[in-house]
Amino acid sequence: MDFVNATILLLNYIFVPALAYGSQLALGAIFVTLIYGILRFANFATGDMMSFGTMFVILFTFYFQSVGISLGVLPTALLAIPFGIILMVGYMLIIDKLVFKYYRINKSPPVQLAMVSIGVMFVTQAVVRIIIGPSDRRFFDGEKFLIKAGEFKEMTGLNEGLAIKSTQVITIIVTLILVSTLFWFLNKTKTGKSMRAYSDNEDLALLSGIDPKKIVMITWVIAGILATIGGALYGLDKSFKPFTYFNNMLPIFAAAIVGGIGNPFGAFLGGYVIAFSEILLTYAYRKFFMYVLPESMEPDGLIQLLSTDYKFAVSFSILVIVLLYRPSGIFKGKVL
Amino acid sequence: MRKNLNVIAAYSIMMGLIILVGIFQSWNIALSIFNLCLISAVMTMGANIQWGYAGLINFGIMGFTALGGLAAVLISVNPVQEAWSAGGFNILFSLFLIIAMVLTVRYILKNYKKSKNRTYIVAAIVILGIVIIRFIAEPGIEAIEGVDPAKTGFLGGLGLPIIFSWVVGAFFAGGLAFVIGKVALGLRADYLAIATLLISEIVIAIIKHEDWLTRGVKNVIGLKRPAPYEVNLQQTDWFISLVEKFNLSKLNLITDLTERQAALNQLVIEGSSVFVKLCYSGLFLVVVIILLILTQKALYSPWGRMMRAIRDNEEAANAMGKNVVKQHLLIFVLGSAIVGIAGAMLVTQDGLFTPGSYRPLRYTFLIWVMVIIGGSGNNFGAILGGFVVWFLWIEAAPIGLYLVNLTTSGLDDTHFLKVHLIESVPYFRFLMMGVGLLVIMRYRPKGILPEKIEIK
Repeated sequence: MDFVNATILLLNYIFVPALAYGSQLALGAIFVTLIYGILRFANFATGDMMSFGTMFVILFTFYFQSVGISLGVLPTALLAIPFGIILMVGYMLIIDKLVFKYYRINKSPPVQLAMVSIGVMFVTQAVVRIIIGPSDRRFFDGEKFLIKAGEFKEMTGLNEGLAIKSTQVITIIVTLILVSTLFWFLNKTKTGKSMRAYSDNEDLALLSGIDPKKIVMITWVIAGILATIGGALYGLDKSFKPFTYFNNMLPIFAAAIVGGIGNPFGAFLGGYVIAFSEILLTYAYRKFFMYVLPESMEPDGLIQLLSTDYKFAVSFSILVIVLLYRPSGIFKGKVL
Repeated sequence: MRKNLNVIAAYSIMMGLIILVGIFQSWNIALSIFNLCLISAVMTMGANIQWGYAGLINFGIMGFTALGGLAAVLISVNPVQEAWSAGGFNILFSLFLIIAMVLTVRYILKNYKKSKNRTYIVAAIVILGIVIIRFIAEPGIEAIEGVDPAKTGFLGGLGLPIIFSWVVGAFFAGGLAFVIGKVALGLRADYLAIATLLISEIVIAIIKHEDWLTRGVKNVIGLKRPAPYEVNLQQTDWFISLVEKFNLSKLNLITDLTERQAALNQLVIEGSSVFVKLCYSGLFLVVVIILLILTQKALYSPWGRMMRAIRDNEEAANAMGKNVVKQHLLIFVLGSAIVGIAGAMLVTQDGLFTPGSYRPLRYTFLIWVMVIIGGSGNNFGAILGGFVVWFLWIEAAPIGLYLVNLTTSGLDDTHFLKVHLIESVPYFRFLMMGVGLLVIMRYRPKGILPEKIEIK
């Protein structure tokens, strides 16, 4: 029986990766939920918008690297993110003006807006692939690990190592700062309150003198910030590939709906629910039981609930179950 | 005649374009575009039944297509006897257990009142059932996958002619649609879209990773064909003389006998692949025409009228005593079944089943672009959409290349911008589809051939 090693094992393979992945999903899910709550449509271009912002971050990172600007131990990309955000917000406002505005003013049904967002998805995908190409790109530089597995073993004298990548720490810290600022903005400032009012009841909000144009613009600005940072963090942690970003749309949708769509806090937690359940259900617990159980009871198999191939399927199944039994999401979003 | 003028004009232009490809590129390319246009047309008819007739959004087209493809494999491949004897019993027993589990849960849900205890019992049965089934199936699966993994490693199929799979594919897809419909049809439109999209991803994940059933990402190749093989055709006398007859004037220009023989051989090789494609075109055309007649009949029947009533005003239709839930489920199953047929046709044409190639962009969103551009609610429109969009999807690269060359003609051939743009020509198709969809949705929201309802 060795509970310390078992805990470190779970921390290393489940808790830390899930926390980082969950943060990335959470940012995307808040993006989806804001668009849904205020502009009232399911944005199928989510993944591609994220890849669009990330693309600019990468291009700026490459530029900074070529002129020799760096942040030392931190990745240069952090410096490039603000520039990426500016271009991304510009793109979103242009898209809104050219495409979404017309349907919003005509009060088209949400389905039609969702279809239009598919058109935007195709266009964005094409632009990203034409500018940066479809291949896999890594743009991480700086110190890779905060704690290496070997160092940790030496330090503590345990069997199990705990490796913490610096990208994971950066992801979690940036997400926490960003999300707490966002909640402060939504709950305490006048603009934020008017956004929530507009989301709750459009007519009543208009009646009390809230300017819908301003609300929509601010929504796109916040969405652009979230999408760019979320995409850049995912790219730093793993790698940037337009196709992967398109696919990430699916767990992000799952996270937003599981948390209760239209409810930003729900979406934030939904990201972690999805990430943890994906990793918890597909992790092989054999080693964990070897530490916890006495030697005579050691398990033979891998003790894996589902094979890792079904990682995505887990989050979708959770979504289906939630839709069936609690359609408004775990944290009470809009009723479907 | 007059009122159908735009339909006839649109289809003539489309056929003209395909013939132009035949003349300027090659008949082989033209026919393969035409065949895939026909398959796309079947898919759009399925989606159109759901969206155009009943207003249901189905973003799970990819899943139904893949199930149709799976049917083609399970029907046509010869059974692998060794695999059956190695693990067949475990698999059949697991299947029996699954059925027993589902029936028990159904029985409990039907005969006991809703309560906390009932939920716990159902959950316990499901979890226990899954654990037991895993224990029984696992050794069977391992044994099956161990049988000559480089060549088989799966159970194989029934060894029947592949054409039967078109019907079976429809049943597979319809069965899945029934389950999804029971679960998800109560959701609001955009949630239904997301739910079906995610469910289709689950279907693909299962097909990709259950190697004992589908061979997974190892792919199944060399499926049987309903059409003759090129190699055999090239050796049959009647085909050679047919080719000779068609090209007599060209061949007569060549006086030298050996040269003439060489030219004839070349023509036979080209002709054989065109002939095979023509066989497929004939088969597909039959399916499209049968489906078109059936869907047109349905559209103008009392049932079609009822569907439109439900689509346009659900509450009113409900108040008139129409069972909206039941009709939605019915139309969801019917439309998905048609998509399943298309999936089986696709695999039949390719002769191989590659689960890794099923991607939502190609098999779900592109089909939706077809339906919207063509004209939802109008079968002729949906089919035309399938033709136009698939044609553009294939021909986008040459058109893009031409445009790039035109706009950058002032630049040096090695200029980095020109090289980069020429490399990214394949992605112009996405741009074209996106812009096309946005323009149509904005300026002609009912599509090229809009829905028109005549009261007969």
